[in-house]
Amino acid sequence: MKKYLDIIVNGFVKENPTFVLMLGMCPTLATTTSAINGLSMGLATMFVLICSNLVISFLKNLTPDKVHIPVYIAVIATFVTVLQLMLKAYLPEIDASLGLFIPLIVVNCVILGRAESFASKNGPLASIFDGIGIGLGFTFGLTLLGICREFLGSGSVFGVILFPESYGALMFILPPGAFITLGFLVAIVNKIRGV
Amino acid sequence: MANKLVVSLSPHAHGTDSVERNMYGVILALLPALIVSFCYFGLGSAVVCLTSVAACVFFEWAITRFILKREKTTVLDGSAILTGLLLGFNLPSNLPIWIILIGALVAIGVGKMTFGGLGNNPFNPALVGRAFLLVSFPAQMTSWPLIGQLGTYTDANTGATPLAIMKEAIKSGDASVLDKLPDATTMLLGNYSNGFGAGTIGEICGLALILGGCYLIWKKIITWHIPVSILLTVFVFSGCLHLANPIYANPIAELLSGGLLLGAIFMATDYVTSPMTHKGQLIYGVSIGLLTIVIRNWGAYPEGMSFAILIMNAFTPLINNYCKPKRFGEVPAKTKK
Repeated sequence: MKKYLDIIVNGFVKENPTFVLMLGMCPTLATTTSAINGLSMGLATMFVLICSNLVISFLKNLTPDKVHIPVYIAVIATFVTVLQLMLKAYLPEIDASLGLFIPLIVVNCVILGRAESFASKNGPLASIFDGIGIGLGFTFGLTLLGICREFLGSGSVFGVILFPESYGALMFILPPGAFITLGFLVAIVNKIRGV
Repeated sequence: MANKLVVSLSPHAHGTDSVERNMYGVILALLPALIVSFCYFGLGSAVVCLTSVAACVFFEWAITRFILKREKTTVLDGSAILTGLLLGFNLPSNLPIWIILIGALVAIGVGKMTFGGLGNNPFNPALVGRAFLLVSFPAQMTSWPLIGQLGTYTDANTGATPLAIMKEAIKSGDASVLDKLPDATTMLLGNYSNGFGAGTIGEICGLALILGGCYLIWKKIITWHIPVSILLTVFVFSGCLHLANPIYANPIAELLSGGLLLGAIFMATDYVTSPMTHKGQLIYGVSIGLLTIVIRNWGAYPEGMSFAILIMNAFTPLINNYCKPKRFGEVPAKTKK
């Protein structure tokens, strides 16, 4: 059990995809205009990551080496389709606000990166825990970024108004604000980690 | 004791040139424009400039002291005062104090100190502050007070600037809109008649800025390359556009409106963020001129000077790389096929 806990901690802290590995920057920067968007994008990615890690760890001995990337992409795309149809059916608002970035999870390099570096070398159970750890780390990063940007940009957190919107700096909702906020968060995380 | 012995290579020539001399020289050159702005905007100009300078100096001191934990603070070298003054010059005179404070924090905190302080910043800090405020608070940053309301601050009456009229002419495709533009003498002196918003604090009086620029060139604080290449490019490019299609404003009006003179003389010539060689400076200046007119005529914002300078700041290392001076006695390497 200790081994699986270590895998989760590793994904969340030591190999945090947002702040340490710096993978999956496209959804990280583009969808975190508010805390709820960041959280839902993180959870959506986590769902795909866990499922694809599991299936790929089963397929690892059956896939010929030459076509392993197309096989992974096909597996990931299957789960993204499942996710997108589920979101459309049960959470249409989130589907509308994330828009194109749900199908783009197919090419999210966090998921392909974990398939390559972890799931294709480890057993199914370990792969599930890796998906949970990395997924939680990604969700944490996106939610934190979303909270900061929503607070600075429109004066609210998860839609709870903390100060009037006219005092918010619009820049933080726009793309340049994402880069600035991410830069400062990475700096703070590096300081805490003592890098 | 050990620090008192300086060991360095020859030549041991001693010059009077220093960071302080250059920074305070530029501040001196900005004084005419500052005095004119007091005459035109009164209280508003004083409040905005003082807040901006004080906040920039404070943030510089606080960040070096408490976050970077350096023993020597660089507050007195004049660079923070200059950043504050230039930032104030780039704001309208009716801007609320809390927005100025945010601007100063971004200028010094994000634009300068995150990169390690003076000499390491890739972008002009004052312009980073201005661009941030312009994108973040578009309503407050684009309301231009009329001149002559000496006793009012945030509740001053506002009007459209010449640049807004130029933009309107291009959008409507109607050249007669441009007849509303004030004449060249008015724009040079900045004493706009009633109904015109005058623009930011520093850009109002072209004559005062040109005076400051002449002082800088006379004192050899800047060379002519950057300002002249920017102004000449703007003149030629906008002249061609005006001849081709009269909905584009005449080149004299383009030169004298907005922050063009302020930017060309005081912002683009910042030592840290402009190319080192004269050839590089000409490339940089021409590109700023072209970008400014492109943004003014076809971009979303009426003024493109600050964005043009920031874009070219980003290209400065590349320009430096391509414009390396030849070493004395160097034989050029044979080009390989």
